[in-house]
Amino acid sequence: MASTMGMRRPLGYQHGPGAVVGSVIRWVVLVVCAALFLVPFYLIVRGALSTELGISSPAWHFFPSSLQWSNFSVLFHDPSVPMAHSLVVSLEIGVLQTVGQLLLAAMAGYGLARIPIKHSNIVFYLILGSLMIPGAVTFVPSFVLVSSLGWVSTLQGLIVPGLFNSFSAFIFRQHFLSFPRELEDAGRVDGLRYWGIFWRIVIPNSLSFVAAIGVIDFIASWNSFLWPLVIGQGASSWTVQVAMSNFLTAQDINIPELSMAAAIAIVPIVAVFVFLQRYLVQGVAQSGIKG
Amino acid sequence: MTAQQVAEAPSPLAGRDVRPARAKRVGGRLPSFWLFVGPFLVGMLFFVFVPLGWGFLLSFFKAVGTVTPKDFVGFQNYAAVLNDSAFTSSLVTFSLFALFIVPLTFFLSLGLAILVNQLSVARAFFRSVFFLPTACSYVVASLVWKLSLFNGVRFGLANTILGAFGHAPIAWLSTVSPPWYWVPLVTVRLWLQLGFYMILFIAGLLNIPDDLYEASYVDGARPGWQTFRFITFPQLRPMSIAVLLLLLIGAYQAFDEFYNLIGNADFARPPLVYLYYTALGASQDYGKGSAGAFILALIIVIVTLLQAKVFGFGKSAADR
Repeated sequence: MASTMGMRRPLGYQHGPGAVVGSVIRWVVLVVCAALFLVPFYLIVRGALSTELGISSPAWHFFPSSLQWSNFSVLFHDPSVPMAHSLVVSLEIGVLQTVGQLLLAAMAGYGLARIPIKHSNIVFYLILGSLMIPGAVTFVPSFVLVSSLGWVSTLQGLIVPGLFNSFSAFIFRQHFLSFPRELEDAGRVDGLRYWGIFWRIVIPNSLSFVAAIGVIDFIASWNSFLWPLVIGQGASSWTVQVAMSNFLTAQDINIPELSMAAAIAIVPIVAVFVFLQRYLVQGVAQSGIKG
Repeated sequence: MTAQQVAEAPSPLAGRDVRPARAKRVGGRLPSFWLFVGPFLVGMLFFVFVPLGWGFLLSFFKAVGTVTPKDFVGFQNYAAVLNDSAFTSSLVTFSLFALFIVPLTFFLSLGLAILVNQLSVARAFFRSVFFLPTACSYVVASLVWKLSLFNGVRFGLANTILGAFGHAPIAWLSTVSPPWYWVPLVTVRLWLQLGFYMILFIAGLLNIPDDLYEASYVDGARPGWQTFRFITFPQLRPMSIAVLLLLLIGAYQAFDEFYNLIGNADFARPPLVYLYYTALGASQDYGKGSAGAFILALIIVIVTLLQAKVFGFGKSAADR
């Protein structure tokens, strides 16, 4: 049963004029779709390097004749947009949340998969149950709790509620269930207990899976909007998404500046993407297939 | 050391026999279990279940500008929400939105998956291009859609193209009749989501065993539509159901693009935007907001169960 991400040639692949026509149509469709998909990126770059006049002129300029790199410094010196600070906030949250989520979910997943306790199902069913709670609807009750803790507009308010990701815990459990027991048993014979086996055998042998989940977590954290909007009520606790949103809905919109902000906001993610997309795609596919 | 030797070697710490006495030892199973699962469990209980309980409690009190339950008002908040025309119209908005986005995303991503899967060169390139928008947030995409693509003035890309055909510019995001605002709203989510669902479908396609196709060709089936209809699509049933469920739940919880593209305008206010402005807007009505949250949660659970009933959970059907 194949399950690799390497794609195979389709069976019944024929030769002859009919197949060639089909192949050409397929290519044309795919190339057109790919071009369409890339248009928004083109618009971001074009906008980021234009002047306001250039953007709003009635004749369409495919690309600005003189590249306005100055938009970069204009953006960072704009007092109404805390770009640099919000980038730092997003980075802090991204890293802390990803690391925290991975730790908690991996440990919980391992405990549920490998430590047979009499009533461990109850915990598992609790986790399953929490998965059925529609995620975003909980933001009102969560805000109620977090604000009574005094965590509004704080870093911990932004990070902590999202650390206990039932989906990640569930995925890790499924993954560890199919981890080769022989490796763990070998560790047990060497005198390691659960903790040692986990850190010295299981995790080192699951690194690509952990990386995949980590990348997905980081991207989700960087791109998240509703919760940071709800919690980040002071400008000093805005993430880059909230800052851009405020900028977008402000009185006077400066399109080149905003486009530059968008470009900056997507650079880290696109970079992570391009270098690690193999892991990402594997992770998504695995989480989609299993269970 | 072979696996067999490992299995036969006496192992005092083997976790397989169920003898309660062992569990009490340090390094034994029970303390280890809590060490591993405890932090997550405690956090989940405190940050997921406690808010649910508190929110539920609060929904029966009048709580404006405060999160402490003091004024018991019974079901008044629930009645207020259900009688609020803004709420009922938000359900209509959601239904329309789901009607557009779910079938479109489903069939387009399936189509892309099939096309990409049939490639023998440049598969990874196309896969990446379609998946790349997932790197963008809804905020970034809304930004591009609002300012550059579907800007209401003449210099937006859509209006520029219209202008090339001699058509007057359309104020995409503020035209209610005809409701042009659906075009940017639906296309932004399509752009952001298609790659993700395409990946899921590709995984599903790759899981179809070759023997099925081989057997069908021996039986005289023609590759193309016939094969798709009788082999590929039925085999994709579990994945299709999962995709449908994810799409529906995702559409239901749409917030980011509506907030950034439309704001609080009443012609396209989905349930979550309604909730947001009720609880965190000017009125700060946490009691009513909590009530609304539970009503919506109930609706989504019902819809999910309905979908499961209509389509089945997918597993048994595929095992033939």
